Amino acid sequence: MVRELKITPIKNGTVIDHITSGLALEVLRIINVQSLDRDSTVSVAIRVRSGKLGWKDIVKVENMELSPRKVNAIALITPQATISIIRDFKVQEKRSVDLPDRIVGILRCPNSNCITNQPEPVESEFDVVQRRPVVLACAYCERRVESFLNHLA
Amino acid sequence: MSLHGRDVISIRDLSREEIEELLGSARKMIPYAEGKKVMHPLEDKIVAMAFFEPSTRTRLSFEAAVQRLGGSCVTIADAAATSMRKGESLYDTIRMLSGYGEAIVIRHPNEGSARLAARASDRPVINAGDGAGQHPTQTLLDLATMQEAFDTLTGLRVVLLGDLKYGRTVHSLAHALAVFGSEIVLTSPPSLGLPDELVERLEHTGARVSVEPDLHKAVRDADVLYVTRIQKERFTDEADYRKVAGSYRIDAGVLKEAKPRLIVMHPLPRAGEISPEVDDTPHAAYFRQAFLAVPVRMALLNAVLGSPKKGG
Repeated sequence: MVRELKITPIKNGTVIDHITSGLALEVLRIINVQSLDRDSTVSVAIRVRSGKLGWKDIVKVENMELSPRKVNAIALITPQATISIIRDFKVQEKRSVDLPDRIVGILRCPNSNCITNQPEPVESEFDVVQRRPVVLACAYCERRVESFLNHLA
Repeated sequence: MSLHGRDVISIRDLSREEIEELLGSARKMIPYAEGKKVMHPLEDKIVAMAFFEPSTRTRLSFEAAVQRLGGSCVTIADAAATSMRKGESLYDTIRMLSGYGEAIVIRHPNEGSARLAARASDRPVINAGDGAGQHPTQTLLDLATMQEAFDTLTGLRVVLLGDLKYGRTVHSLAHALAVFGSEIVLTSPPSLGLPDELVERLEHTGARVSVEPDLHKAVRDADVLYVTRIQKERFTDEADYRKVAGSYRIDAGVLKEAKPRLIVMHPLPRAGEISPEVDDTPHAAYFRQAFLAVPVRMALLNAVLGSPKKGG
């Protein structure tokens, strides 16, 4: 069987693979593609066949490496994603995204009356209180959060 | 573990042993709180009272507690009169205040504000209520009232009545009762029930929790009837409010079938939930509860600020 290559390989950059199908656009939002250089071509594949997941999304970004904060944000919304750093067409490093014990500055607290939603010089902070499925608790007001898409900062 | 120099933001910050120690110490403070004996472990100490929303009982009982211990207070009693009106952040205000006293007691309308204050301050911070969040000293004085009446906090059957959804005092109290192994009975209008997430967390700690919407049935086997205010503003229809408020009014009729030793508690102010005719019955514990705020807050301030030995 001839396999059709749906996205071409990149020379240098980052491949985010095994994204839960349907969440590629959220990953693009986290990466903040508007802020990338003009020579950073971004390729997105939505609903790609995957042995592991059935269907998955893939995002490839040329000439960019992700900050730890962005990796944490991706881990929150699609914990089974993998991140590969590509240099000169070769996979330099491949790792799964790991959720740390504390998430800083990525989410807004869903409690509108939380002090972190007021004009105070503080970043939001959440403790991971459960990992499967992920449940976070605001380190300030203790509000629990179980769905994250609507609360990305 | 000593409480000396520590922040007290949530009742969860205190272990069962620490709560027991504080309650024991509060009991010894009673004659000092009544002015019958004198002690001054906080002599030369200043406690900053940062009250950013109105409060009568909490602020006055904290101030009385500081003064009974020989300390003095500097007080923000009205946020409108502070630089916060000029846009100063809570963080900066607390940072500044931590230079004016040995500890800060804070009441603020936003949840999580006390935690923020604790980070801003290099002095210990005691939470006196952050929005709909935590109010640990209220829980301590609630426990002190029950312990004084029954000499134990284990195996009691405690009915929590009223607004269990928004009432911050019941959330912290329910947690503490679960830690001590008392049974919790929830009696509320369906729309104001304890949030599912909290019920799950209570059950997770091994607590016996049940729901009994019928007040008369709930009261029958209860040791403690903890009444909270049903707030009018939670209802969109005033007729609904009146119906609910009327069905949860505590009067002699409701208490007819109660155990002789049942105590009725209320964090006050009451708004018609308890008929004045209950005041003169042996069941009424709410004014005692309001008084115990002073020795309980004395015990806590002494533990946090007194000499480490005395603080235990």
